[in-house]
Amino acid sequence: MTTLRGGWRTLLYKELLRFWKVSFQTIAAPVLTALLYLLIFSHVLEAHVAVFEGRVRYTAFLIPGLVMMSVLQNSFANSSSSLIQSKINGNIIFVLLPPLSPLDLYIAYVAGAMVRGLAVGLCVFAITVWFDPSTLRLAHPMWALAFALLGSCILATMGLIAGIWADKFDQLAAFQNFIIVPATFLSGVFYSIKSLPPFWQALSHANPFFYMIDGFRYGFFGLSDVPPLGSLAAVGAFCAVLTLVALALLKSGWKLRS
Amino acid sequence: MTPAVEVVRVARRFGQVQALAGIDLAVGQGEFFGLLGPNGAGKTTLISVLAGLVRADEGSARIMGHDVVADYRAARRALGVVPQELVLDPFFTVRETLAIQSGYFGLARNDDWIDEVLHHLDLTAKADANMRTLSGGMKRRVLVGQALVHRPPVIVLDEPTAGVDVELRQSLWAFIRKLNADGHTIILTTHYLEEAEALCARIAMMKGGRIVALDTTQNLLSRFAGLTVRLGAVRVPATWQARVLRREGAVHCIGLDRYDELEDLLRALRVEGIAVDELALEETDLEQVFLRLVGSHGDPSAGIRAGAGSAAGAATGGRDDRIGGTGGTGGTP
Repeated sequence: MTTLRGGWRTLLYKELLRFWKVSFQTIAAPVLTALLYLLIFSHVLEAHVAVFEGRVRYTAFLIPGLVMMSVLQNSFANSSSSLIQSKINGNIIFVLLPPLSPLDLYIAYVAGAMVRGLAVGLCVFAITVWFDPSTLRLAHPMWALAFALLGSCILATMGLIAGIWADKFDQLAAFQNFIIVPATFLSGVFYSIKSLPPFWQALSHANPFFYMIDGFRYGFFGLSDVPPLGSLAAVGAFCAVLTLVALALLKSGWKLRS
Repeated sequence: MTPAVEVVRVARRFGQVQALAGIDLAVGQGEFFGLLGPNGAGKTTLISVLAGLVRADEGSARIMGHDVVADYRAARRALGVVPQELVLDPFFTVRETLAIQSGYFGLARNDDWIDEVLHHLDLTAKADANMRTLSGGMKRRVLVGQALVHRPPVIVLDEPTAGVDVELRQSLWAFIRKLNADGHTIILTTHYLEEAEALCARIAMMKGGRIVALDTTQNLLSRFAGLTVRLGAVRVPATWQARVLRREGAVHCIGLDRYDELEDLLRALRVEGIAVDELALEETDLEQVFLRLVGSHGDPSAGIRAGAGSAAGAATGGRDDRIGGTGGTGGTP
């Protein structure tokens, strides 16, 4: 018997099915990339870099950074690629014709992208943890979870906005290559910002990605470059602002409805 | 009774182009309604306003009494749209595509109806095939299925038979006719005038963002009732020059209002000593009505095709006999 339920659930299911059908590309490939980063950086830097005054091994320090980087990059990739593909193929019309509200669209696209980001992050952790099993004993797991959820939500929302804005694949690639990748790499994935000169330290404080990574790492070691509550507030505020922007764009129909 | 579709003074401009210039239109529940016009007339923009894909600068539109902006959820639930472009989601099978579209409208476990739609569209054997592997005609039928999957009372088909072969076209129309007989309101835009004449009980003709004629198909035909004489002769009598509708090589097509005018024409030919090589009478069809209304003599942009019934026409998306062009009218029996 036919039953009624929120259309957003189907859109979320479609988003999950979409990346699951090409999971070799959407999950396995980023896991391999993260593993290569760990192998190379930990091998080269383990003996040379001291973090948190030597209280944490560099490889252990790197693991949560890589996990979070994978979460962030794949959350962004999922919502942005789904939207741009739908726009370019023209099948976005199938989502625009049904009675889906701006909130329905937001929840489905963002939740779908969060699941992909978190799934990749979990797989990266499952593999990299073997390089330093001590990282399995998280100091504050709920903090790690909170930052993983907020971080993936932020990047999924950014992906949604970029997907709405971009008309071509190369515009999206530019957004990814010139904003997302530099912001991620310069956020302390591979180093503690305390090792940076004062100018770059100050600049890092203006990078929201830094608070996501630093807060997430606090969940692992109970140690961080800045107080975790401040990071949580910064990340939470950033997430709220981006969500409002995305909802306003969806409500206005900008680039989706003429 | 609430009209199925009600459009009040809808206007929309894109830059310098006035796509819709204050359209008023009401389509009753259960009607099979045709929307005709040359390319750029505003048909697709009007449909897009109804579907919520384009927002009107002025005016309002309602589907089954629901405003398409203020009450968009109810309006969209009441509307199924078959888009003009052949679009698909390459990640999914035919059944997944229909189930997902059904779910967007809040309908879960809709398998019985999806099976029926697949059956009527002759897609059952392809239910588990990926969308990418389908032929153009099959993709078109899936689009029709997607529009019907939530059983909307109003169904808009924006040139749905382009590129669909004759056999498929017949089964598609049989299905759409059945839906209309079951009480669904059908709004059809088509480039095939014979198709509109055969299917639609009422027709609006659009040009330049305006409706230039709106009446029952029968009234449109009778309002412009008349005869066309195909006269093969070196010239036309001087007094009949103004009555020439078009020329097809040595054949002059002359409009008559009544049969007895034929006597006058023959007399004039005799008086002027003009030899007649060919003389034939044709009755008015929708194509000629359209020709007169949109005044597209010699307007190659009209883009309206005749010959919906021809196999060649169907296979190639219609014979490219454009109304008002010099290549003939085509499509007339």
